[in-house]
Amino acid sequence: MNDATIFGLCAAALVGLGVYGLIVNPQPLRKILAFNIVGGGVFLLLGAIARRGAGAGFGGDPVPQALLITGIVVAFSATALAVALLLRLHDETGSVTLSSDVPPPPAPAADVDAA
Amino acid sequence: MMAADSGVALLIVALAVGITVARSTFAAVAGFLAYGLLLTLVWVRLHGVDVALTEAAIGGGLTGALLIGAAARLRNTEAAARAERSGRVVHIAAALAGVAVTAVLAVCVLTLPVPAPSLAREVAANLAATEVGNPITGVLLAFRAMDTLLEAIVLLFALIGVWSVAPDGVWGGRPGPQHLYDPDGILAYIARVLPPIGIIIGMYVFWIGADQPGGKFQGATILAAMWLLTVMAGLTDMPPISRRWLRIGLVAGPLAFIAIGLYGAVAAGAFLAYPHGFAKPLIVAIELALMPTLALVLALMLAGAPQRSALR
Repeated sequence: MNDATIFGLCAAALVGLGVYGLIVNPQPLRKILAFNIVGGGVFLLLGAIARRGAGAGFGGDPVPQALLITGIVVAFSATALAVALLLRLHDETGSVTLSSDVPPPPAPAADVDAA
Repeated sequence: MMAADSGVALLIVALAVGITVARSTFAAVAGFLAYGLLLTLVWVRLHGVDVALTEAAIGGGLTGALLIGAAARLRNTEAAARAERSGRVVHIAAALAGVAVTAVLAVCVLTLPVPAPSLAREVAANLAATEVGNPITGVLLAFRAMDTLLEAIVLLFALIGVWSVAPDGVWGGRPGPQHLYDPDGILAYIARVLPPIGIIIGMYVFWIGADQPGGKFQGATILAAMWLLTVMAGLTDMPPISRRWLRIGLVAGPLAFIAIGLYGAVAAGAFLAYPHGFAKPLIVAIELALMPTLALVLALMLAGAPQRSALR
């Protein structure tokens, strides 16, 4: 078993764990975290595949490695957008629940827009 | 080295379990920071030093800082959130889904084709034409320059998305809270001493990227971190997002990239193609134009939506 296989299997475990966390954690911030764990797993899988493509004097295939850099940056921007939405939900309703059973507490009367 | 690799792999999986089951959100986010650092180690082991730098700077660093900030602001919802739990059926179904995904991926990993398909040979054969020594930079700015252009635009769109969740009253205002300046504080001291060093390291990481591991994303992250440090220490304040120089700075990088791409369409026959002998100067020009834009976008994305009116 070589390093690509070891980290490939590790990546498979991370993606599965992230999927589990994404479903069972009701808190949105924990879902964002779980989503980033899935992301880490997917990137690691691609990294392992890049390592298998080593050759021509490179320790790994540079094309998937460059795609990984793009992927990591885009994942950060998606996380930033998700966090901004979550913080606005919190400012607006005072809670961050995604559950449809519990009615959110009414928004404060002094709205920011009116100020 | 197999034992060391297996050890790191097990540690990462154990950390991911810890992040998933941790009761406190803060503990989970702290675990995520360690997760990013361990992944950085794995990238080095997998011979992807450029990826390791990006993971350390953006995957672990910026994302970790973003999540810590969010966890701190949502702290008062922690108790209510803990009361809300998924049922037993959901837990079992989620566990089955996770195991199924892992099993399918593991089978895929173990049955990958031999010999592995690779573009390393093609990159090695054509790298000389780009006149850059770092194959990753060659891929990012010559062979797959379109990806990098679209990535810069995605970042800009994400920032517009972040801004657009601001309440109407503070639209155009300053992001983040006003940080108090404490002249005797250690933060103000660090924010004075560190930026000159950080800026030089950031520029070095950017410049060396043409031939060695490094590049504009990693360099821009360091510059963004230095700027945010001075903001957090209260030495400077975030600019209102309606400032004209800010908006010009945000679109300058992608626009310069598109302009050079169009020049390639005229001079070399294809969008984003480089005329013979001009590849290296044009690549450096694109990176120079993108670097300030990336530093601005990354810092503003971390600062979040505007919270204060521009007047205050």
